[in-house]
Amino acid sequence: MIGALLARLSQGYRTLKYPEETPPLSGRYRGLPQFDGTRCPADCTVCSGACPTGAITRSEGKTRLDLGTCLFCGQCAAACPEHALTFSREHRMAVRQRDGLVLDGAGPFPHAAALEPGLRRLLGRSLRLREVSAGGCNACEADTNVLSTISYDLARFGIQFVASPRHADGLLVTGPVTRNMETALMKTYEAIPEPNVVIAAGACAISGGMFSGHDEVVRGVGELLPVDLFVPGCPPHPLTILDGLLRLIGRVR
Amino acid sequence: MNTACGAQAFNCIPVHLSEIPVLSLALFREHVVRRVAENGRLVSLFGSPCGSGVRLYAVLGTADSGGFTVLAADPGDRYPALTPDCAQASWFEREIAEQWGIRPDGHPWLKPLRFHRSWRAGHDAWGRGPGEPIEPSVTEFYRVEGEEVHEVAVGPVHAGIIEPGHFRFQCHGENVMHLEISLGYQHRGIERRLTGEPSPRIMHYLEALAGDTSIGHGLAYCQGMEALTRTPVSFRAEEIRGIALELERLANHAGDLGALSGDVGYLPTASFCGRLRGDLLNITALACGNRFGRGWLRPGGVAWDLTPDLLGQMLDRLDRTSRDLNGALELLFNSPSVMARFEETGALTPALCQELGLVGVAARACNVGRDVRFERPAGIYRFVSIPLTTWPTGDVFARAQVRRGEIRQSTHFIRQRLEELSEGSACTAPARRPVADSLVISLVEGWRGEICHAIITGADGRIARYKVVDPSFHNWMGLALALRGQQISDFPLCNKSFNLSYCGFDL
Repeated sequence: MIGALLARLSQGYRTLKYPEETPPLSGRYRGLPQFDGTRCPADCTVCSGACPTGAITRSEGKTRLDLGTCLFCGQCAAACPEHALTFSREHRMAVRQRDGLVLDGAGPFPHAAALEPGLRRLLGRSLRLREVSAGGCNACEADTNVLSTISYDLARFGIQFVASPRHADGLLVTGPVTRNMETALMKTYEAIPEPNVVIAAGACAISGGMFSGHDEVVRGVGELLPVDLFVPGCPPHPLTILDGLLRLIGRVR
Repeated sequence: MNTACGAQAFNCIPVHLSEIPVLSLALFREHVVRRVAENGRLVSLFGSPCGSGVRLYAVLGTADSGGFTVLAADPGDRYPALTPDCAQASWFEREIAEQWGIRPDGHPWLKPLRFHRSWRAGHDAWGRGPGEPIEPSVTEFYRVEGEEVHEVAVGPVHAGIIEPGHFRFQCHGENVMHLEISLGYQHRGIERRLTGEPSPRIMHYLEALAGDTSIGHGLAYCQGMEALTRTPVSFRAEEIRGIALELERLANHAGDLGALSGDVGYLPTASFCGRLRGDLLNITALACGNRFGRGWLRPGGVAWDLTPDLLGQMLDRLDRTSRDLNGALELLFNSPSVMARFEETGALTPALCQELGLVGVAARACNVGRDVRFERPAGIYRFVSIPLTTWPTGDVFARAQVRRGEIRQSTHFIRQRLEELSEGSACTAPARRPVADSLVISLVEGWRGEICHAIITGADGRIARYKVVDPSFHNWMGLALALRGQQISDFPLCNKSFNLSYCGFDL
């Protein structure tokens, strides 16, 4: 017993002060991409050609980057001859509408708004989620799991991942939704009582990600269910997921 | 070298296909069965398109040579199954049946593995029509009959945030008589998209094949392609890859020991390790920007070199994290109540380990010295060896103990590399096309165990067949057998002590 107390003392207090303070991220972290379309030569398609998932499109002289398909591999930025495209260290990228993820280089980023006031009253100060991995590679899963460790301590915000869908207010889905998980995902969804909030975490869950076009998968959960929150990334950083959840419950605006 | 009974091959050294003898089915079967029985192991067994049919390749690992023996045979649409005389072939043969529609006659339990359609239209091992639906786990299960026997079905959706799989227990009271594991829910169709015209997504597929083993599978791909394109890799790049691979092992072993602690209700180490695992992933992020090492490796070397400043930061973080990790593990291993739950739970014998061909932590916990870094080294491990960690008892305790030992060894290895990193370039771009009509076996000791990528090129140098064997493929059966005679309530603990990959298996 004394050993456990001493160990606790030496490990120290480790819970991050997020959202008040953001811990330093790696200098090489690739967050929200930024681009200056005015620097793009009219017929240049280098970035879209470098993208492995077709997240970048160029039409009528305009560049569009879909964060919902982006793997954040940075190959576009490395290839761009004009240095028009860079990855910032902004980790806050969750949105409420799918088209909010399509960047065109103009206007502010549409950060996720809170759930409707009626819904928030119903949920009170708690949000219980059932997670379903539907073809996820265990990276999104791991970085969702980590939110329950002492570093992030998700429960202090009233958010908790629960075992039974009957105890849940909503669903957090990872993975492109494989055909072989379609039935299990839908049954889990149906077992969750209303309001049944749906969150798509990671490029796969949003659009199929790198597996889009495979006949073994559906192109993300949006093909089957209405989605309330989109968290981009491959996988999203735990802070990106946490920021999204906190915005959804109105804890961060 | 071509002998009458097989071609000799080594890790990451290509073999021309003409050197691999195509044996008669009877001879092929005889050789595989005999060599596996003589303390050998089936590293891989797979079909590859050949003319209008499919050719079978068997990669046999022999304990003494440090290499492999590769054999081939043409089975037609059916052939006499190896499984009745070679248990290790069981899931390989089910896979061959499912992928190519070739029937291994006499296979004692011929069921689909991943529940997808055959890759050869018109060839289905179960005679299913093209319109017939294929539903996961909708199949026969092994059943024990009796008045007091009951069946427990778990999954695909489990209680925690974990990947999906289905477990079917045959129980008598609390005791498990048999466990059957049915997977395939995570099947994304990666393997067949690694062939033909090189996809711009190929490195991403490999890194997401099992997303917790991005470095392991990524490295197996890089090594294989470098061997086929004869691309030299600098010593510095090899060292950085070694750092990446061992960091991946550290993070996962730390996470696993924390989870084992949580599964027996010992919360201090469970909470400490949850944080420490994240800190280890963050060291990888420091180097390449991604916590799982995505984008760090590329054929020819590494995409992210380490600056002197980064080396210092990584070293500092490693020192601090390993100090805390040692403290957390000390506490765990000094708690008699924890040890009482770990010891003699889910034990496997060395004989069973040998028969099933287990790999990685699970094998080393059965006193079997099986480790690619040691037996068949490639890359940095050819020059710097990591001592082998084994434990003789085969139980949950042994699997925990092996992880603890490996944490110590990997930390030491990383520290040395960070302190003495060689000068040189970080990446050489592969200039040549892959050699034509060749086979290369690329092996990496991932944190779970042996990762095997077998790559076959066609006459045009393009990849004609890419066969992935994740360590989980060998080890799921080990978990099933470890449960026999155990209490069903010990399943989470046993399962965590193996911690196998679902998507790495499902591909």
